[in-house]
Amino acid sequence: MKSDALVQPQQAATAPIVVGSSLPSIGSLVRRPEVGSLIGMIAVLIFFSIFGGDNFMSVGGAASWLNVAAELGIIALPVGLLMIAGHLDLSVGSMVPASSMTVAIVSGHYHAPMIVGVAAALGLGLVVGFINGVLVIRTKVPSFVVTLATLFALAGLTLGLSVILTGTTSVALTSDAVTKAVLGDYIGGKFEVTLFWWIAIVLIVGFVLSFSRFGNWILAMGGDGVSARNAGIPTEKVTIALFISSGLCAAFVGMSQAILYNSAQVAAGQSFIFNSIIAVVIGGVLLTGGYGSVVGIVLGTLTFSIVNQGIFYTGFDANWASLIIGVLLLLAVLMNNTFRTMALSYAPRTKRTK
Amino acid sequence: MSTPLLKLTNVNKSYGPVAALHDISLEVHKGEVLCLLGDNGAGKSTLIKILSGVHKLTSGTMEMAGKTVEFDSPRDAGAHGIATVHQFGGTFPLMSIGRSFFVGVEPTRRWGPLTIYDRKRANEIAVREMRQLGITRIDDGDRLVGGLSGGERQALAIGRAVHFGASVLILDEPTAALGVKEAAHVLRIVLQARRKGIAVIFITHNVVHALTVGDHFAVLIRGAKAADFRKGEKSREEITDLMAGGEHMAELEAEIEGYMATEDNVAAPITTP
Repeated sequence: MKSDALVQPQQAATAPIVVGSSLPSIGSLVRRPEVGSLIGMIAVLIFFSIFGGDNFMSVGGAASWLNVAAELGIIALPVGLLMIAGHLDLSVGSMVPASSMTVAIVSGHYHAPMIVGVAAALGLGLVVGFINGVLVIRTKVPSFVVTLATLFALAGLTLGLSVILTGTTSVALTSDAVTKAVLGDYIGGKFEVTLFWWIAIVLIVGFVLSFSRFGNWILAMGGDGVSARNAGIPTEKVTIALFISSGLCAAFVGMSQAILYNSAQVAAGQSFIFNSIIAVVIGGVLLTGGYGSVVGIVLGTLTFSIVNQGIFYTGFDANWASLIIGVLLLLAVLMNNTFRTMALSYAPRTKRTK
Repeated sequence: MSTPLLKLTNVNKSYGPVAALHDISLEVHKGEVLCLLGDNGAGKSTLIKILSGVHKLTSGTMEMAGKTVEFDSPRDAGAHGIATVHQFGGTFPLMSIGRSFFVGVEPTRRWGPLTIYDRKRANEIAVREMRQLGITRIDDGDRLVGGLSGGERQALAIGRAVHFGASVLILDEPTAALGVKEAAHVLRIVLQARRKGIAVIFITHNVVHALTVGDHFAVLIRGAKAADFRKGEKSREEITDLMAGGEHMAELEAEIEGYMATEDNVAAPITTP
């Protein structure tokens, strides 16, 4: 109850209703969809802090998985929004190296100012995202197929053009001090600056999904696209905007990687395709759309990164990491389903208000 | 009361060579419940789709308050004051009550330099509208729509239509999936909407439910209007007969009678949906 005016007088006098007080109750916390993801993350954190030893718990250990989380997280957030809206974007796997190569070729090979290379890389992400969006809307082909096509097309284009323009598949890049400090450097020698970019994007996407009208449109589109359109939501514009955001974010990661490592390779980034989907799904987003949260996506990203990097601290063969991630993915989805069902089946007790 | 709020004249609809509706003429007035009855495949859904702007009619005219209208989309129909509520009510089971109530027309408020979705107000209004329709169990607009019962979802969808000023409310089989008690509640809500001066088009194949709330009845058989009568002009058995196409029902009755070898309340098993 948000307002006393809604309580009928005789009930207000007799029943001690405290529904809707501003503090969330434990019960309402348990019904949050992120609980499953939170439990999963705490579990892997405990697991690796036991088996990973002191190194895993050190600053360097934390940096190793936080850096991975930051890069993955920047891509997983828009991919998560797309998934909530009922779409997938596989093309991020090619977008990352394409943007790396763009900035390296423009600013490294042709020695254009860094700002031009960065703009070109981000511009490419924008264009590819726009093309994905338009193709999905116009052709009505599932976005899985459309972005699978652009994934391969873009990979081929990157390889072909790189060889034509530079004669090689790996280009060196020397960036000026300011660009490097802002986009691709280590802070304290350990933490990538992308961590701060990730935090900024988390805040932006969190705001959009939970506090803006746009967020409601995304949820509605994933829930039922036809009804959403009938309710007056500009579904086509929202779809294009979401694909542009995932293209841009993937381009950002590729570009910052090139600046960080001072070079770019044609084949680097295919791992982002499945890793971003895994992070998002572990985070409780429904693969078929209509449900998900930014807190969940962040938790899913952290969980994935902890497993991915933590394995190196344990003394187990690193090959086991994939097995753990596979099992974890399945467990996380089962757990998320359980919590979602709990949230759905929850009914307030009628006796209280009578 | 002289001009009907919504009037169809000689409406035909065909999908290619297949005729789905044939020469349908109907009218519904303000504050009146028109029950559209018909067996499965009688053309009820096609008629709803035309009324709600999903399909365009092949020939004939549709008038609202005396003016000819043509809907380009469901949105367009909505702008003309036509709201359609489908069998399962809310279509966003994983959205909160407040959010799904205001889909596409979210209330906003200022928050510093930003304009944000006003969750509190949305929840408050959604809960209040549901309370007005007698749903007292729901006190929190943050609950997911999927957690509501079928009748509560109907109430949410009808409350939404009423709140946004619908003048014609189309209810597509609202009671079909409900238990007796919930169906009774939904029927009461239909009467409440009628009292507010809304024209209700109630689609059903349950004769009992139709007779409870209807002022005016139309029976569809294989795409054509087989009967059009007002409350009290026909009995339940007559309507049931009409819906099933007359002779079919007589045959069926004879068969059942022969099988049961008793005259114990022949009508009862037939009217069960």
